[in-house]
Amino acid sequence: MGYLPYMKESIKRVEATRQQRVNETYPRASAEEKKDVLENFHPDYADAGFKEMKFGPNKGERMPNRFADVLEAKSVINPDEIDLDNPDLETDVLVIGGGGAGSAAALLAQENGADVLMTTKLRHGDANTMMAQGGIQAADKEKDSPARHYLDVIGGGHFDNIPELVEALVHDAPLVIKWLEELGVMFDKDEDGRMQTRHGGGTSRKRMHSAKDYSGAAIMRTLRDEVRNKGIEVIEFAPAVELILDDKGQCAGAVLYHLETKKYSVVKAKTTILATGGIGRLHIGGFATTNHYGATADGLVMAYRAGAELAFMDSLQYHPTGSVFPEQTVGLLITEKVRGLGAQEINDEGEEFVNPLETRDVSAASIIRECEGRGKGIETPSGLQGVWLDSPLIDLKHGEGTIEKELPAMVRQFRRFGIDITKEPMLVYPTLHYQNGGILINEEGETGIENLFVAGEAAGGIHGRNRLMGNSLLDIVVFGRRAGRNAAAKVGKVKQGELNLNHVRKYHHELEEAGIKTDRVSPQILPDYTPEETKKKTGLVKTAF
Amino acid sequence: MSAELIPVYIMGKKHYVPETATILNAFEYAGYQVIRGCGCRGGFCGACATFYRFKDDYKLHVGLACQKVVEPNMYLTQLPFFPANKSLYDMDALEATAQQIIELYPEMMKCMGCNTCAKVCPQELEPMEYVAAAMRGDIKAAAEKSFDCIMCGLCASRCPGELVQYNIGMLARRLYSRYIAPNAQHLASRVLEIKDGKFNDDLEELKSMPKEKLQKVYEERDIEE
Repeated sequence: MGYLPYMKESIKRVEATRQQRVNETYPRASAEEKKDVLENFHPDYADAGFKEMKFGPNKGERMPNRFADVLEAKSVINPDEIDLDNPDLETDVLVIGGGGAGSAAALLAQENGADVLMTTKLRHGDANTMMAQGGIQAADKEKDSPARHYLDVIGGGHFDNIPELVEALVHDAPLVIKWLEELGVMFDKDEDGRMQTRHGGGTSRKRMHSAKDYSGAAIMRTLRDEVRNKGIEVIEFAPAVELILDDKGQCAGAVLYHLETKKYSVVKAKTTILATGGIGRLHIGGFATTNHYGATADGLVMAYRAGAELAFMDSLQYHPTGSVFPEQTVGLLITEKVRGLGAQEINDEGEEFVNPLETRDVSAASIIRECEGRGKGIETPSGLQGVWLDSPLIDLKHGEGTIEKELPAMVRQFRRFGIDITKEPMLVYPTLHYQNGGILINEEGETGIENLFVAGEAAGGIHGRNRLMGNSLLDIVVFGRRAGRNAAAKVGKVKQGELNLNHVRKYHHELEEAGIKTDRVSPQILPDYTPEETKKKTGLVKTAF
Repeated sequence: MSAELIPVYIMGKKHYVPETATILNAFEYAGYQVIRGCGCRGGFCGACATFYRFKDDYKLHVGLACQKVVEPNMYLTQLPFFPANKSLYDMDALEATAQQIIELYPEMMKCMGCNTCAKVCPQELEPMEYVAAAMRGDIKAAAEKSFDCIMCGLCASRCPGELVQYNIGMLARRLYSRYIAPNAQHLASRVLEIKDGKFNDDLEELKSMPKEKLQKVYEERDIEE
């Protein structure tokens, strides 16, 4: 295995310019240059990929086609067949989702006196949090301040972010790092305890905290361990498929679907926190994704049916550097830390074409331009295009052994496929990474639906139209904690009416009114990766989740 | 995929799958909808620990289904769940000592030194080594040597002493980070400043700044070298 001969020829051209590039800095793009490359090459600007919503809270707004498909679908449940009068479980706070946001929310809700139940589609900890490599931002160094962090976040988001949400994010950031330090997350530190911090794309100060390149895993493992220590009940392999409302229109729990036994159960809750994550496994625009197996936008679908407003759902984040070779690694995230450490993006001719520290949307669009606009990409045997991410530069800049020390996960993953990233570059192309938008929340984690809170990637408004690296691990903990605390505080005040699923019936009616005739059902729950040829050949057609 | 098809045995049943497929892709190619045994699909979560053996060979191998490419005549089975013992503890009331770890996981004294755990670690870690480090009170070494653990369960499944190495590693990392590594002083100071409201005025000003001015301030901000 390893690179093919024609790729090795291209790598020689990269090596030929490497020494010269060590001390060079490619100029940052001006505001006009950014606008130009985004409008011409970023997938968010390609109109054919979007569709106008015909009904619901976001009527008239455009949505990515594959997301519109799951919204323009019937519920997986028949509301007439669910017995709401005899709930299977009752709790103060129901947390839907077992990733970083859900875990932080569960811990804070319990700490604030609530009885908490967590339910999750796969295992507790199966979430994008676990895969986040690069780090978590917080303005905790002397030369930095929450105000500087604010500026970076809102500039990175093209000034579309909701100011109160950005304020909450940057204000709580150092508090969150302190909380995680006390919980025993193993951050990269100097001997005296000083946090080792670096730049990420779009940061003006070095405020990226990390735990090698397992930053998200280190946080997720610790939060999960703590949820277990606190005795919080977790139901695994039981995704929520619809929210339950009461006759006052307040959220009152959810219907769960047990993946293995194919049974439904009803959870009645005083307050509910949706922390169901993102959308990557819908493969918007046909892009490969870095997301975990369960990222199918279930929470957004449930919330939309219940009447919650979505924000910025036409804005998706394509991580500039997803692996495209070897074939088994397609979509695999190459952490931005690689560029933070000094690796550059290089074309087939050995030329650098973008500053490594541009924001993700500009970097991604620049790579797409290099491949599709200028024909300077490298094609893989399966027909994908990519550019080189020149990782060996890191050791040249920072000394031999730096790559091994800073990027052990990455080194290991490529070594499995016969590629030594300390000596050879990686072939990369943008990959679907993050939904910048989500369910609209306020700074307390509240939505337009009473007693429904949202945290994590499922929430929208914090990052505007582009999230910076290291602000997602941060946002899940900041808003997870806020949602957990507030959901618990509200428990005593809730006056619950009679439970119903009338919003689902109404939604089905609205579908019909809008002239949408479909057999599709949603939420999707899991992606379907059985090739069509297999379905034909063996007859093993799976039930549509 | 235009790759050659090769035979593999999924829980004993023969299927032909593309030679370039990972074990996980092979399951899916064969028509399985994986529910357990698949998580991040990127080698980080430990959901897809897999045992395999080749036809007519006694040797047992392991891998992560999302990372390992199939080979002809693999006999495959996944380890989707392992009933692992986890001790419960109050992080605020622990001591960073060997005795503390042994108190919480007394079974660690049953380690026979067989090193089977290292032979089955898909992350190429040496669980026996980090357990030994914890046992002798070198919690820093236990934390560092267990750092890359993805808690897949393979080590515990093969341990004749019935240890759950990865939970011992988890405890060691939390103890080290909480009690041994010095706290970040700059962080503690910043937390106090935030609680005093030192940055509230600055944030208010930015929040109410007209977009054009904000844009200008953003474009002109200095960037740390």
